[in-house]
Amino acid sequence: MSIPIRKFDTLVIGAGGGGLRAALQLAQADLKVAVVSKVFPTRSHTVAAQGGMNAALSNVLPDNWHWHMYDTIKGSDYLGDQDAIEYMCRAASHLVIELEHQGVPFSRLDNGKIYQRPFGGQSQNFGGEQAARTCAAADRTGHAILHALYQQNIKAKTHFFDEFFAIDLIKDQNGFILGALVLEIETGEPLIIEAKTTLLATGGAGQLFRTNTNAKINTGDGLAMALRAGIPLEDMEFFQFHPTGIAGRGMLITEGARGEGGYLVNKDGERFMERYAPHAKDLASRDVVSRSIATEVREGRGCGPNGDHVMLKLDHLGKDVLEKRLPGICETSRTFLHIEPSEEAIPVFPTAHYTMGGIPTDRYGQVVVPVDTGEEAIPGLYAVGECACVSVHGANRLGGNSLLDIVVFGRAAGNHIIKYLKENRYHRAIDEASVEKAMAHLRRWDQTGEGESVPQLKDELQTIMEKNCSVFRTKIVLQECLNQVLQIESRLQNVRLKDHSKIFNTARIEAMELENLVDIAVATVTAALHREESRGAHSRIDFPDRDDKTWLKHSLFFKEGRRLEYKPVRLKPMTVETFPPKPRVY
Amino acid sequence: MTSANNISMRFKIYRYNPETDKEPYMQDYVLENVTPDMMLRDALIKLKAVDETLSFRHSCGEGVCGSDGMNINGKNGLACLTRAHELKQPVEIRPLPGMPVIRDLIIDMGQFFHHYRSIKPYLTVNDPVPEVEYLQTPAQREKLDGLYECILCACCSTACPSFWWNPDKFRGPAALLQAYRFLADSRDQATPQRLAELEGPYKLFRCHSIMNCVNVCPKNLNPTKAINGIKDMMLKDMF
Repeated sequence: MSIPIRKFDTLVIGAGGGGLRAALQLAQADLKVAVVSKVFPTRSHTVAAQGGMNAALSNVLPDNWHWHMYDTIKGSDYLGDQDAIEYMCRAASHLVIELEHQGVPFSRLDNGKIYQRPFGGQSQNFGGEQAARTCAAADRTGHAILHALYQQNIKAKTHFFDEFFAIDLIKDQNGFILGALVLEIETGEPLIIEAKTTLLATGGAGQLFRTNTNAKINTGDGLAMALRAGIPLEDMEFFQFHPTGIAGRGMLITEGARGEGGYLVNKDGERFMERYAPHAKDLASRDVVSRSIATEVREGRGCGPNGDHVMLKLDHLGKDVLEKRLPGICETSRTFLHIEPSEEAIPVFPTAHYTMGGIPTDRYGQVVVPVDTGEEAIPGLYAVGECACVSVHGANRLGGNSLLDIVVFGRAAGNHIIKYLKENRYHRAIDEASVEKAMAHLRRWDQTGEGESVPQLKDELQTIMEKNCSVFRTKIVLQECLNQVLQIESRLQNVRLKDHSKIFNTARIEAMELENLVDIAVATVTAALHREESRGAHSRIDFPDRDDKTWLKHSLFFKEGRRLEYKPVRLKPMTVETFPPKPRVY
Repeated sequence: MTSANNISMRFKIYRYNPETDKEPYMQDYVLENVTPDMMLRDALIKLKAVDETLSFRHSCGEGVCGSDGMNINGKNGLACLTRAHELKQPVEIRPLPGMPVIRDLIIDMGQFFHHYRSIKPYLTVNDPVPEVEYLQTPAQREKLDGLYECILCACCSTACPSFWWNPDKFRGPAALLQAYRFLADSRDQATPQRLAELEGPYKLFRCHSIMNCVNVCPKNLNPTKAINGIKDMMLKDMF
C-alpha cells in the first residue's frame, strides 16, 4: 500500500501555545511549517489556563527576573536546571510584551499597563515579601494567549492539519527523526509528513488520573511517541496536583482566586494554611498547599458529609472584584455547583493537573539523550511545553510558569530550528522499516473479535493511578500500583474495537490514546517507586525528607526493559551565581 | 452509585455514518443512574462506553474549548455545560444545523472557519513597535469584554437563519463578533480596511437582528450587539 507523503521543513505536532509559538517563529522566517493537531488549534488545552503568565514587569510591585529565577528554583525544590530557568526568567518580560503586541487582551491597571496579580511561591528580594508577577487577562489568560497565537499564525500563513492524529515518529538507522506517520481523523487515511525537523508540543498526560483538571485530549501522545522511539522520559515521578480542583469533579479553580485574596478553610472554619506556611500562607507553592489540604482531610478536619475536601472562601472579596477579576471561575461555580462564589465557599481538593516530567531537552528545545560523554541531541527532534522537560519546573512548577514556559521555549526552539535548517538543507531518505512499524501500530486496531473495551481499561488505569500514585506515596503502595499497571499493560493486548469504520472513528483514536497513557503510567510509577526521598510534588511517607546527597538528580526512564538512569541537575546558571539547595520554607 | 436522586433517561440521537448508512436516522438510547450533577457530555460518554460507534467531539468538559456544540432538544448548546436532569425527555440530540454532517454529531466546520479567517482576526498595528506594552486604559479594555471570550463553538452561526440561507456569503455572527472584537480594540489600526471589507449586501448586512445567536451563546456573548456596533461604525464612517 502506498501512503501519500507531504514534505515540509518542519513538522510541529500539537497546536497549543508551545506548538503555535514555535510555528509562528518558523512561518515568519518563511519556512514551510506544518502544524498537526488532533483537535482544531483553539481547542488545545492551553485554552483552559486561567490565572496568568509570570514576568517581572514590576507593573504593580517592585520585581526583577533574578527574584523570579530564585522563586522558580526554590519552587522546583532545587531539581530545576538553573541555566534554563535563568534563560526563561530573563526572557519573560520581552515575551509578555510581545504577546501584548500580538493582541492578547490583558487586563489593565489604571495607568494603562498590563495588570499583574500575586501568585503562589512568588517573592520580592529572594524570599521576602509577596510579589505580584502574574500577568493576567481576567481568569482566561490561556484562552486569550492561545487565540492570539492562532490568529498570528493565520496571518503568517502557517499550514494547519486540523484533526490529524500523530501515530509515531519516523526515524532512520542513524537516529535522525524524519517526520511522523499521522492519521487524518475525518477520512481514516494515513499520511506521512516528511520533515527535516520535528517538534513535539503535545502537552501533558493529566488523563492518567481519574479526577483531573485536564481535557480529554491530554493523553501525553508525544511522551509515548518518544518512549516508543527509544527516547527516555525525564522526572516522570513529579506530577503536580493542583490544590484547588472542584472536589470530586476536577474543574480547575485558578490559583489567582487565592492571589486575589481568597483562602482555604477546614471544617472548623480555620484558615489552616497559616499553620503549614506561616509566611506565604495560601500562596505557598502548589505542592505545599496540596499536601496541607490532603493532611487536613486525612486527620479528620475535612468538610462535607464525608469529610473529603476543604473550602475555598472568596465571598469576602465582594461581587465586583469576583466579576471583574475572576469571571470564569464564577461561571464554573454556577454551572457545575450551583454556587455563587460571592456568597458561598467552593469545595476543593488536590487534583491532577500538570506533568512536570517529560521528554528531556536542552534550553534550545533540542531533545537530548545520555551518551558516554554526557548527553547528545537527537538530530531533527525538538520538544517544548508540558511534554518537554527542560527542566524549568523541576519537582514542582510554580503557577504562572507554564504559559511562560510554552512561549519562551516555543520561540527558542523555533530559533534553533531555523539555525539547524541552514546546516541541514535537504530531506533525508525516508526509512521504510520505520514507516512499516508505525503502520503496524495503527493496523493493530483492525483486529476483530471479542475482547476488553477501551473505556473499561482506561477507567481502571485512572482509578489505580489516583488511588496509589497521588499526593502521598509509599513503597508498598507504589509496588502494588506498578504490578496493577503492568497487568493493564498486558491486558491491552486483548482489547478489541467493535467499530472498524474509517470516517471520524473516535473509538480508534481513544484506543491509541489509551496505549499512550499506559506507557506513561508505567514510566511514572516506576520512577516514583525508585525515588526514595520527598521532593516537590513527590512525597514519600516512608522517606519524608529531601535527600540532596543521593537524589539531587534527574531520573530518565527507558521503555525498553523499564530501565532507569539518572543525570545530574544543571546547577550552574548562564551568568549569575548558583542558588545552592537549602531547606525550603514558605 | 445508586441513589434516590438518580434517574433513568431516554435519548434520541441523530446517527449517520456515510460508510454504512444510506441516510441519517434517530437512534433511541436509555441511560440508567443519571446523577443530578451529570452533564449531557458525561451522559454521552457513558452511552459511548456501551456503543463505541456513537461519535461526537468533546474535550475540556468545562466550556472553554468549544468542541461539543450540538443541537439539544431543538436548541444549540454545549453538552458539557448542559445539566442532563434539566432536559425534557426523550432528549433529542442532533448535529448543529445547516452544516454538512461528517458523521453522527460531527459537522464539517470548514465554512465556519473560512469566515473566521476572512475577517482577518488579528491585531493590526502600522506604527513602529514600542519596547513596552501598548497602553490601554481599563475603560478601553472593558470594550473587549463580551467579545474576546468567544470559543468558536459555532452554536451561534448555526442557529442563524441568515447563515442557513447564505452560508457562503454571510459571515455569520461568530465571525462578525470577532470582526468587532478588533474594531473595538483601541490598539488596532485597521478600522477603515475592516469596515470596507464588510461592505455590500451580504457579509454583514444579511443580519436581520433575529437574535438566535444571543439566545444560544453558551458564553452569554451578544453577537447582535457587536454587529450593530459595526453598523454604527460604518454609518459614522460614511458621514
